[in-house]
Amino acid sequence: MSTHASTRPVRWPRRLVRGLFILIAVSFLALFLLLPLAIVFIEAFREGVSAYFATIKQGDALSAIRLTLLVAAIAVPLNLVFGVAAAWAMARFEFHGKALLGAFIDLPFSISPVISGLVYVLLFGAQGWFGPWLDAHGVKIIFAVPGLVLATVFITLPFVARELIPLMQSQGSEEEEAARVLGANGWQMFFRVTVPNIRWALLYGVLLCNARAMGEFGAVSVVSGHIRGLTTTMPLEVEMRYNEYDYVGAFAVASLLALLALLTLLVKTLLEWRYGGEIAAHAPGGH
Amino acid sequence: MTLELSHLSRRFTDFAALDDVSLTIDPGEFVALLGPSGSGKTTLLRILAGLDYSDSGSVRQDDRDFLATSARQRKIGLVFQHYALFRHLTVFENIAFGLRVRSRRLRPPRAEVKARVQSLLKRVQLEDFGSRFPSQLSGGQRQRVALARALAVEPDLLLLDEPFGALDAQVRVTLRRWLRELHEELGLTTVFVTHDQEEALELADRIVVMNRGRIEQVGTPEMIYQQPATPFVCEFIGKVNRLVMNRDQGHLAVGNWILDEDPWHSRYGQALAFVRPEHLALSVAPPLSGWSARLRHIYLAGSVAHIDLYVASLDQTLEADVASEDLSRLGLHAGMELYVVPRAATLFPQIRDGTTINQDRWNWRAASTTPT
Amino acid sequence: MRHRILPGFGISLGYALTYLGLIVLLPLAALVWKASGIGIEGLIHLLAAPRTLAALRLSFGSALLAALINAVIGLLVAWVLVRYRFPGRRLFDALVDLPFALPTAVAGIALTALYAPNGWLGSWLASWGIKVAYTPLGVLVAMVFVGFPFVVRTLQPVLESLDRDVEEAAESLGARRWQTFLRVILPMLAPALLTGFALALARAVGEYGSVIFIAGNIPMRSEIAPLLIVQKLEQFDYAGAAALSTAMLLFSFVLLVVITLLQRWSSRWMEKTR
Repeated sequence: MSTHASTRPVRWPRRLVRGLFILIAVSFLALFLLLPLAIVFIEAFREGVSAYFATIKQGDALSAIRLTLLVAAIAVPLNLVFGVAAAWAMARFEFHGKALLGAFIDLPFSISPVISGLVYVLLFGAQGWFGPWLDAHGVKIIFAVPGLVLATVFITLPFVARELIPLMQSQGSEEEEAARVLGANGWQMFFRVTVPNIRWALLYGVLLCNARAMGEFGAVSVVSGHIRGLTTTMPLEVEMRYNEYDYVGAFAVASLLALLALLTLLVKTLLEWRYGGEIAAHAPGGH
Repeated sequence: MTLELSHLSRRFTDFAALDDVSLTIDPGEFVALLGPSGSGKTTLLRILAGLDYSDSGSVRQDDRDFLATSARQRKIGLVFQHYALFRHLTVFENIAFGLRVRSRRLRPPRAEVKARVQSLLKRVQLEDFGSRFPSQLSGGQRQRVALARALAVEPDLLLLDEPFGALDAQVRVTLRRWLRELHEELGLTTVFVTHDQEEALELADRIVVMNRGRIEQVGTPEMIYQQPATPFVCEFIGKVNRLVMNRDQGHLAVGNWILDEDPWHSRYGQALAFVRPEHLALSVAPPLSGWSARLRHIYLAGSVAHIDLYVASLDQTLEADVASEDLSRLGLHAGMELYVVPRAATLFPQIRDGTTINQDRWNWRAASTTPT
Repeated sequence: MRHRILPGFGISLGYALTYLGLIVLLPLAALVWKASGIGIEGLIHLLAAPRTLAALRLSFGSALLAALINAVIGLLVAWVLVRYRFPGRRLFDALVDLPFALPTAVAGIALTALYAPNGWLGSWLASWGIKVAYTPLGVLVAMVFVGFPFVVRTLQPVLESLDRDVEEAAESLGARRWQTFLRVILPMLAPALLTGFALALARAVGEYGSVIFIAGNIPMRSEIAPLLIVQKLEQFDYAGAAALSTAMLLFSFVLLVVITLLQRWSSRWMEKTR
């Protein structure tokens, strides 16, 4: 198609239109996407490299990093298992209410993150359904790590499933049927045929899930209680420093998250170049 | 191993895919399930493979309940229509798969797996392709890999779903012959599904013609072609001219073609007659019984010529086949007037509402010509 | 559906349903239950409050506008990325996903720094008398930012699969380039464009992190609905927060249903022509 586009004789007005279009698109992307990214690093290094590293080591940044990693390390595997199970059921079997199940899986994408946090407060908070019982047994969920994990699980629930379902549907079940007829048991079929066929899409989904899990702000902000060193993840640390007018500190922590975003984009792009076909037409359903 | 299918039925939500199907498959037989799409042939194959199930009926394998065993325990080799090769495994690993997934107790040692795969690769003429991936093979090669993979588990029964459906015409013919030879060599009971009558006639020992979930006829290719059991089989296999006969002064007739004989002793008022193109005799001089026709077109197809004849008295176009060398001998050319009369036909009596009584069918042969 | 050929139906579906029930449905039930506590009158009282109304109007109004802007600019960007070859194309293509990947809080403070009166863009715009940060315009900017990838990413695969023959047929019939675009290409893109629009809209309505920094959160002026929910929560008005949330959910839901219907209508010829 590229050769088609470039070898066709182009009359000058058409070439002008093309140049204009490219100019507008590139300027928009640069001004609207690239510049905000650049400003994060510029602000972070405003007072020099040493100030940057000092502010990262200072205070509760390290515990925020640790907490962010912990939350992602719990939420991502949970949603990975869920995504595989849901995709297996949805892509391999016909049953009543399948479309409804698909809609419910997508639900967290279309709910405000604030609401995603709120629902857990209503469930486990002091005035919530299970609040009094939890209080009596000395279990803390809201304003504690379990709440952060739950809110993050909610927000990132669709990612793996959404990558796998269309891919597995388009691949069909013939290879798995062939494995069964050849005598493979359930696990052999799954690990020798299914997993190799979806591995790159799986990685892709995990990558996006992880990026969102580490970067989630709204939902965790509602359940966190903002207790320094205990319930602040990195995005919350950014907010707290920013609100305390510690701009360099805020942008320094933000730059770490921006690096994570860049890394995610890089791996994602590499995956798409290298294994585009095996990730298949992934629906761009929210990220 | 004899397979006995009895009274199999399978309903999908809106139609009956299989409707009371019974069939016996003898050891070593090469059976074709032939029918148009939606006839239930693929459903039947998938039930045998354990990939689908029947709502009622049974399949017995030498007095063992075949349907009660799972797909993995049936000892069948299945070749999928689109092959279903494992795209992430090499040709070698694809063929070895069925051996490698066996429980440790039954799994052959590594060296034996290797030897067995090598010999299969040789058998399917792909010795040098073991390390390739399926995406690097042509359609015909993939088909042979799929076959080798199915054979690797040493099945008792080989099932093939439209085995040549996805191939070019050229490759198709070559592979067909090759598969027939392979079957003669291995003597493996084989069932294959096809919608291509030519394929079924050429390959199979026995053909099962299916339509709308029912078996229309089971028989050797010759029987199916020469003595079709139902109007559907007549029209589905080969080309055929269809004529509606009525009783006229005690004789069954259509236009000027009148039958003297009547095996039904005037029991039926009308009948459907099916006449194959090669069973229409052409003559320039008027025969005793037959139609006058105008020759519309001659389509030369190698050794045979297909001829379109318009019979004005029936307002119907008939197709006749003659040997190409007879064209000039008879002086045939478009636009000429001539006479045409059937030499053989299959007749199905009809009762008033148009239903044919298939068990009373009559394979009629003209007295003057010796029946084949 | 007695026996199934592939294994694991019961366990996979059972697990998925249980998980979904515990993580999503049970909490949402708690939300609706809590919201119902304030009664119809309470709900009307809550929604009719000027501050709530202003916040809802801002959230939904800016989200609609942002999704519209994204539909236009997203169509242009997708077109350029798919149809033209120019240096750096792949880099820009990868960059489109940045709003997906960048945590919202980071985007929020970065946009604020950029558009604040003393920021790089903000000071330049201020010289023209345009204030972005701490105004409804800032809310719009943040919403365009977070919703941007949706339209581009839904359009790209469709644009790539568009049959060039159809365009060439149109041109051979004498259509001019812009006529071909309006009459042939755009109708074929319409369903994907609507999908992208809907996704961008849904995202923008609920967006929190990237908006609250740049919005300034001035009551009645630049305060978004999700922030109002957080404030009610902080004042321990759980029922109010739940009611407002439920109202927002319902509103978004209706919007999405409308757009799904539109989408179905605009793609009604798809199956027939294939």
